[in-house]
Amino acid sequence: MKEISVTAIRNAVKDLSIKANRELGQDTLDAFVRYKEKETSPVGRDILDQLIENARIAREEGIPMCQDTGLSVIFVDLGQEVHLTGGDLSQAINDGVRDGYQEGYLRKSTCHPFTRKNIGDNTPAIIHLRLVPGDKVHLWVVPKGGGSENMSRLAMLPPSKGLAGAKELVIQTVKDAGPNPCPPMIVGVGIGGNFEVAPLLAKRALLRQVGERHPDPELAAIEEELLEKINNLGWGPQGLGGRTTALDVHLEMMPCHIASFPVAVNIQCHANRHLEVTF
Amino acid sequence: MSTELTPVTYYLTTPLTDADVAKLNIGDRVFLSGIIYTGRDAAHRRLVELLDRGEELPMAVAGQVIYYVGPSPASPGRVIGAAGPTTAYRMDAYAPRLLAKGLKAMVGKGKRADEVREAMVKHKAVYLTATGGAGALLSKCIKKVEIIAYEDLGPEAVRRMEVKDMPTTVVNDVRGRDLYAVGREIYEIKA
Ligand code: SF4
Repeated sequence: MKEISVTAIRNAVKDLSIKANRELGQDTLDAFVRYKEKETSPVGRDILDQLIENARIAREEGIPMCQDTGLSVIFVDLGQEVHLTGGDLSQAINDGVRDGYQEGYLRKSTCHPFTRKNIGDNTPAIIHLRLVPGDKVHLWVVPKGGGSENMSRLAMLPPSKGLAGAKELVIQTVKDAGPNPCPPMIVGVGIGGNFEVAPLLAKRALLRQVGERHPDPELAAIEEELLEKINNLGWGPQGLGGRTTALDVHLEMMPCHIASFPVAVNIQCHANRHLEVTF
Repeated sequence: MSTELTPVTYYLTTPLTDADVAKLNIGDRVFLSGIIYTGRDAAHRRLVELLDRGEELPMAVAGQVIYYVGPSPASPGRVIGAAGPTTAYRMDAYAPRLLAKGLKAMVGKGKRADEVREAMVKHKAVYLTATGGAGALLSKCIKKVEIIAYEDLGPEAVRRMEVKDMPTTVVNDVRGRDLYAVGREIYEIKA
């Protein structure tokens, strides 16, 4: 059995929390440039320029790209042949978050839901653990901003609404969100599963690279159709009018109960922070 | 499709006059320089309580600009961390009171309530947006920061900032127009 120390995981969570907040992925940056060329709104082009410049400054000067440095969402795919040593995995992840948010001068954004009192160290992290075959651990660190998360939505649609109903829900969600989730955004869609799994599918869909289509041609075609319709809404960068409302749409699907049709829409803002590592 | 906007770029230095803001139209770019103040909901609540009691505010708001921001912590050698705008509607309940006192501009992100838009027309003021999520870029425009009130509120304390060429876009002008409505109208493609 392969042994992996939870201290290595703690350190990785720390480093990736800091790095994800400072270094926007090349996929998102390329999308800014690509969309800027197509953007007809002068205000929209100006905003996209600012986002390109913002990413450069954050990377070069080592400061967060956005002051909302997010709730720490951590995905772990744990190989079933791995033996974790040196302590408790959840504890190690939370320690890594605490270290990263302290050492990286990141804003601590968790609070008590009633009193709103800040917890002070950005814990607890939201941890999604999955057991997978093999002897590796794969970890994603995804700091998620509040503005875009608040505009996300889950609906248990009547199955009679069909695929058309699901598409309508996605478009309506983006239409209602307007400027609030800091467009241009990336839209994660989860269809199927059940009440708790559909949003998780939507969130996992956001781990994909911007511009990467679903391997299933049928789902890929739906992604493209939704992207076009969303960009026809006219919200544009920051909701100030333009053709760039979303940079991409990622869809994931799985079977559901014969009586149900869960559809979840998870909105990711342009501060599209996700980094991964394999042990 | 409505006609496209032809934005004009202005460089303005605070304090702002009625003439400074009256010339601004939705979509115009405004680079702000000079002293501006920060404040979020908790600070706004306290400011309005002072007005209710007929007391003096910790700063004179006439001709001034308030930036809705809750920055990330400053790392060593920096005056401030990432400092992009926060959602403005949380200040809607308080903004008309400050506009009545002569506040000339608010900087934030997201839509304002009708009462705030009406108060902007009545008192000749504008709502500007700084780019949401461009916290690093905006941080570079902030040259000096000093807490002037409500230190106990932490990131929400009222700060006096010196800014240089801070990039903003006019969302609501003194004529009552709203870029969030007009912009989408121009670029929407109906099926
Ligand atoms: S929605 Fe995203 S870009 Fe906008 S303020 Fe929140 S984290 Fe930053």
